[in-house]
Amino acid sequence: MNVIADVVSWLTDPAQWSGPDGIPVRTLQHLWYSLLATAIAAAVALPIGIFIGHTGRGALFAVNLTNLGRAIPSLGIIILMFTLVGFGLVPVLVALIALAVPPIVTNSYIGIRSVDRDVREAAEGMGMRGRQVLWQVELPVAMPLIMAGVRTSTVQVVATATLAAFVGLGGLGRYLIDGLSQRDLPQVVGGAILVAVLSLLTELALGRVQTLVVPRGLGQRGADAAVRAKVEKAA
Amino acid sequence: MRRIRLGSAAVAACLALLLAACGGGDDALDEGTQPNEQASVTVGSTNFSEQLILAQMYAAVLEKAGVEVEVRPNLGAREVVFPALEKGEIDLLPEYNGSVLSFLKTDATETTADEVNTALTPLLDGKSLVALEQSPAEDKDGLAVTKETADQYGLAKVSDLKGKAGQLVIGGPPELETRPAGIPGLKKVYGIEDFKEFKALDAGGPLTTSALNKGDIDVGRVFTTQGAISDNGWVLLEEDKPLQPAQNIVPIGRKDAMTEQVTSTLNALAPKITTEELTKLNKLVDVDKQDPEKVASDWLTQQGLL
Amino acid sequence: MSDAQRPVLAAELIRWSWVGDHLDDIRDYLIQHVQLTVLAVLFGLLLAFPLSLAAIRWPRMYGPILGFTGILFTIPSLALFILLIPFTGLSIRTSLIGLTMYTLLILVRNMVEGLRGVDRDVREAAQAMGYTRARQLFQVELPLALPVIMAGIRIATVTTIGLVTVTALIGQGGLGRLFIDGFTLNFTTPIVVGIVLSALLAFAADLTLVGVQHRLTPWARSRGR
Repeated sequence: MNVIADVVSWLTDPAQWSGPDGIPVRTLQHLWYSLLATAIAAAVALPIGIFIGHTGRGALFAVNLTNLGRAIPSLGIIILMFTLVGFGLVPVLVALIALAVPPIVTNSYIGIRSVDRDVREAAEGMGMRGRQVLWQVELPVAMPLIMAGVRTSTVQVVATATLAAFVGLGGLGRYLIDGLSQRDLPQVVGGAILVAVLSLLTELALGRVQTLVVPRGLGQRGADAAVRAKVEKAA
Repeated sequence: MRRIRLGSAAVAACLALLLAACGGGDDALDEGTQPNEQASVTVGSTNFSEQLILAQMYAAVLEKAGVEVEVRPNLGAREVVFPALEKGEIDLLPEYNGSVLSFLKTDATETTADEVNTALTPLLDGKSLVALEQSPAEDKDGLAVTKETADQYGLAKVSDLKGKAGQLVIGGPPELETRPAGIPGLKKVYGIEDFKEFKALDAGGPLTTSALNKGDIDVGRVFTTQGAISDNGWVLLEEDKPLQPAQNIVPIGRKDAMTEQVTSTLNALAPKITTEELTKLNKLVDVDKQDPEKVASDWLTQQGLL
Repeated sequence: MSDAQRPVLAAELIRWSWVGDHLDDIRDYLIQHVQLTVLAVLFGLLLAFPLSLAAIRWPRMYGPILGFTGILFTIPSLALFILLIPFTGLSIRTSLIGLTMYTLLILVRNMVEGLRGVDRDVREAAQAMGYTRARQLFQVELPLALPVIMAGIRIATVTTIGLVTVTALIGQGGLGRLFIDGFTLNFTTPIVVGIVLSALLAFAADLTLVGVQHRLTPWARSRGR
């Protein structure tokens, strides 16, 4: 039980909460890597998923991408990219982007596809053109699923950004690597707790964002159930 | 109610099954990792190329002597591998006397080989470990800078860093920040002020090499026998005050596994390994990308040991 | 910055002679990878089954069980393996404990959802036919829940194949050892071989499980066509 006391005192030590290797700085670094990777991934993946959903071309690819993505080992990508381009942010970003793209593509595809044919036809009947249908009908209706994809990706990215420390960068993973090297077990445990808490908070925060972004009228509960059903089918 | 009983029974049955499976599984799995009846010796190594070469050398000469050997190279950092030696998951590890001492006694300040060995023996003894004969080869911790940095700041010796450290970023393994022979020692022994920044990287590995070459750090903590130093044209700063402990290569083994035969075989190999030879071998692996196992066996053949 | 910055082997992603010389090692790593994955998913199933039954029997426990397995899931793998070392060393056990823990969330969720998704009418019909609770579970509910459970097993298996590589940091790792060897020697060939093989292994495992599911649920097949 000594360990628990040591961890608590590590986490509550004021020295831990300031300076370049303090918890606030490390957390910001961690969030920065995660945000950058997710933003780039979304910029790449959303258009692809929405395009495939809207046109129906490449559906098989979109449906299976999430499963393909799971098969790519992040550690391998980081190490390969490091060996190719050397020290810096690029190896970590590439690995995190590769992790984040598949769920966003699959979910935005499924989201657009799941728009009721009647709804789409009604919009067309009202004289809307392809692009208007997409922006004014399909996207708002698909929003819950699209956001669910972004949420899944972000949480995975936050958990995996720990590996940045493995190639000499910052973030909360530093506490794990440094703690091991400096034979400071409380630091390892404290770091692990911080990463877990950060992933949980990210999940919760994005859940909030999701309720804000999803148009009123599309109930959250229904959306969640729809997500689960679709994702299971896709898997 | 009947239904509840059934649910609980199913839960209990499954847990029992699981325990049985775990128990059975463990026995089967253990055979691979436990030294069985002293018949075989497991040689481990940490995670840099010199360690891979040395582990293969030890394995090859032992095999030649008729000892059954298993090699588990590249297991991780010392913090992971040394405890495995203590627990008996591996029996033999190529080590460095100074590093082992500072690992077992984090505040160690001994520097000469004699001091280091004297301090080390009882510590190993307490863990049922023993150091065999050490090699003349030494792989010390050193500080290196690129040629450009050396010219720009006029750096040739460690003491030249004084007064300039504030403008320089230093990188090395995370423990460099806390160990007495690391940054605290530079401050205490050389009077070198705080560096501009410390970047936690690795112990003479790919991270430090790349960061130094790309200019992310100015001063890198390296191993003096590393092939990368001459390959990249770095300047190794001369140690002009006693701070770094001796780092002679020494096999450290579990007492119960170091039989007469194992000991005499490794002791016969030890004197052949010199700093010069080792640096050459490292270069073959680091720079020429040869296989550590092949480098080790070629060299041993050349030395007439295989 | 100097010309020393040249990318060492950028032009040569893969050196085939190395692959030829190391086929034995690669095969051993592959076998270890399969072994770790299969054992982890099996232990995961053995643990998830009673947990799921408990969650269905006592619905109030479902939240806490999901919460607990969810927390296990968020522990960074790197930290988990580092923390297990003092207790279980560099043995295969360290890897298995961690890998099994990570399968639980996916397996429990899909088992519970699958079993709950069984039509109430079907369940009542079974009861009316005088099935015992156990017979009903094994002969009616489990087969009907199989597609959802299998979906969970597929996700768990593919995820585990990826996670196994991380255990290379503690001296296990199957194909992940190739990453670490390549990293140590600054040499891309083993890394590429490791990534390609572990991805292929994941596909092969996934396809195999689809095949298994296909055979186990003949009724779904005829309905699907």
